[in-house]
Amino acid sequence: MVEGLLYLASMLAGAAFLLALYRFVQGPNAVDRVVAFDVLTVISITAIVLVALVENRIVYLDVALVYALLSFLGVIVIARYLGKET
Amino acid sequence: METLLDLIGAGLLVLGTAFLFLGGLGLNRMPDVLNRIQVGTKATTLGTLLTLAGAGFLHPDWALKLLLVALFLLFTNPLSAQVLARAAHRSGHVKLSEDGIDHLAEDQGDKL
Amino acid sequence: MNDFTSNGAFRQGGLFAVLLLFWVMLNNALTVETVVVGVIVAAVITALFKDGMSFLTDARLNPQAVLATFLYLGYFLKELIKANIALAAIVLSPNLPIKPGIVKVRTELKSPMGRLLLANSITLTPGTLTVEVGEDCLYVHCVMLESGDVNEATQRIAAGFEKYLEVMYG
Repeated sequence: MVEGLLYLASMLAGAAFLLALYRFVQGPNAVDRVVAFDVLTVISITAIVLVALVENRIVYLDVALVYALLSFLGVIVIARYLGKET
Repeated sequence: METLLDLIGAGLLVLGTAFLFLGGLGLNRMPDVLNRIQVGTKATTLGTLLTLAGAGFLHPDWALKLLLVALFLLFTNPLSAQVLARAAHRSGHVKLSEDGIDHLAEDQGDKL
Repeated sequence: MNDFTSNGAFRQGGLFAVLLLFWVMLNNALTVETVVVGVIVAAVITALFKDGMSFLTDARLNPQAVLATFLYLGYFLKELIKANIALAAIVLSPNLPIKPGIVKVRTELKSPMGRLLLANSITLTPGTLTVEVGEDCLYVHCVMLESGDVNEATQRIAAGFEKYLEVMYG
């Protein structure tokens, strides 16, 4: 039962990832892509937590944390570049 | 060896990822940048929080670290959303409908 | 009260405590070694960043403020869940009932940390997203904006959070 629900959760996360990826490819402008990228990273963090659960290893949570940190910095930097006051 | 706690945890995982899915769907259905940011941030924030809570039910000994990830996301997600929204507005990608109200553009117009 | 909270020792002590707590959470273990290493690391960081901004900048420390913090957290989580249900309903409805607009919301909060928390909270509550922060106001994007009345918007969007943040930060 728990295993089945875990698979269901993974599939939902995968579908969400594909939807966000579609928006990322589709654009139409830079800000849309960054928004899609932001959502993609958050979905990836969830995916990493799911992997940690399946593999039963707590180390993966550190990966998720560092990933969250770096992606947040990345988004902030790109957004500041896009939003430069003219 | 399935306890009630495990079942609750797995249920939360599915609920959380369902919100992520809704977020992805909204990202494609919404017509303009700001609405996409709205759906993207809110759905993914709650989705991730629920998933982390579910993981906490399945592995109570991971709770502290999961809480740390949750706290971090709870603060950074809205922040990046705001910075992105500001970038979208400043770079002129925000187009509201004809009768849409935009106090920000009005006030900026005053200053120029 | 203000003399006490604005004083540096309180702020540094708070920062130290928060850093130590995060260190223990990161290690996911409460053993002698982690606490000893944590105390050293937290002390060094506190010394290096003594003028940095943290949650405790301008925070008040009295029973009412602590109570308000908990009420604020509860209210915030309730709003977050409401926001998601409302957005899910919008995303799933076939005709996409939205009427976006950007409205100005006045705020009385003076402290930067209080305003940051207000802006963050607004971003995570039903159909609203902070776009820009002005002198005494926030510009908020709404999925459903019925009227451009500033006072009405302030009441609807910010008042619920401001009530608590006022007590917490002033």
